[in-house]
Amino acid sequence: MQEAIINGLSGLAAGTLNLQWSNLVMIGIGLMLLYLGIKKGFEPLLLVPIGFGAILVNIPLAGLMDEHGFLRIIYDAGVITELFPLLIFIGIGAMTDFGPVLENPYTFLLGAAGQFGIFLTLILALLLGFEAMDAVTIGIIGACDGPTVIYVASQYAPHLLGPVSVAAYSYMSLVPLLQPPIMKALTTEKERIIIMKAGRKSVSRTTKILFPIVITILGGLIAPMGLPLLGTIMLGNLMRESGAVARLTKAAENEIASVVTLLLGISIGATMSGPVFVQSKTLIILALGLLAICLDTVCGVLFGKLLCVITKGKVNPLIGAAGISAFPMSARVVQKEGFKYNRKNYLLMHAMGANAGGQIGSVMAAAVMLSVLKAMGVI
Amino acid sequence: MLIVGMGGTLATLTFMSLVMVLLKRLFPYKGEEEGK
Repeated sequence: MQEAIINGLSGLAAGTLNLQWSNLVMIGIGLMLLYLGIKKGFEPLLLVPIGFGAILVNIPLAGLMDEHGFLRIIYDAGVITELFPLLIFIGIGAMTDFGPVLENPYTFLLGAAGQFGIFLTLILALLLGFEAMDAVTIGIIGACDGPTVIYVASQYAPHLLGPVSVAAYSYMSLVPLLQPPIMKALTTEKERIIIMKAGRKSVSRTTKILFPIVITILGGLIAPMGLPLLGTIMLGNLMRESGAVARLTKAAENEIASVVTLLLGISIGATMSGPVFVQSKTLIILALGLLAICLDTVCGVLFGKLLCVITKGKVNPLIGAAGISAFPMSARVVQKEGFKYNRKNYLLMHAMGANAGGQIGSVMAAAVMLSVLKAMGVI
Repeated sequence: MLIVGMGGTLATLTFMSLVMVLLKRLFPYKGEEEGK
């Protein structure tokens, strides 16, 4: 009788007894993500489910990521199959107005320059001894675009999904802190006060409808490996601009995006098991991710300076910082910084063009990288 | 790879921006008619 009671009580203590220090660290990180999401408002839609998923998966013996665990089922169904990031992309396309980039097509180039950090970080990761696919996945944090990062990680380095996703979403929310010092350091007072005139509306509805179709075909032909990413974002945008499928557009940008965001977030959190996540490699990945986003900003601003020279001072180089894909956060940062230095300056529409260009730029950079690596036989 | 990757991305987006300019020329904005 006494033995049965002791055995029964030991069953209740089993979870606590199996708790490792790495689990405790990850539960702490999960709590921190919840704090950042709930209290600080940093990307709450993702950080809250990610943080809670991290707590769930670090409670021993619950088996949530075992073969038939409910988190494993969600993870296998949506992350391993790459379905979740692609569904999110349809929603992003449905939410994004590419009008500003169509008004000023040159801002597309800033969206390209804003992705150079991806390639610089990739090379750095290779030099630090990371394997090719791990280096690709780390570099892609520089896309500053959560679904792109998750898509590439789930396809080529699923074991890095947790750290790279957390890095991407955390740094995206930190863009307002990361970018201004770099923008100030790389520009002169004279450049920062350049006033850019607001352009007249010049894009027809036909152009807006043809844009996603033409970009999908051309982008797909140039870099087929990225077509799932490009195709889904452009499908969402076509639905938006055509106005013919209002119900689908509404569903894509609201219900589908919300449900998938929840499932995606909790799945990412589920990859953050203590023994896997708490490694020195994770810290290096987080540092490289931060560097990637800073390098993106550096390259974007430097490219903005080049455009400033070419146009004889008509382009304010600050808008180059919006070439990264953190939409529309970095455009707002540019507007705020430009306004700070010149109270007559409204850079928002130009920055939105660069930012929308960055949305496509990040997808194209990933697509180009994957296509080049495939051609080189690396993947 | 650095050159091909960065150059490829820049070249692709340059090409796309030229296509956008072409689209705008082919289908110009017609002011108030667009709103109808």
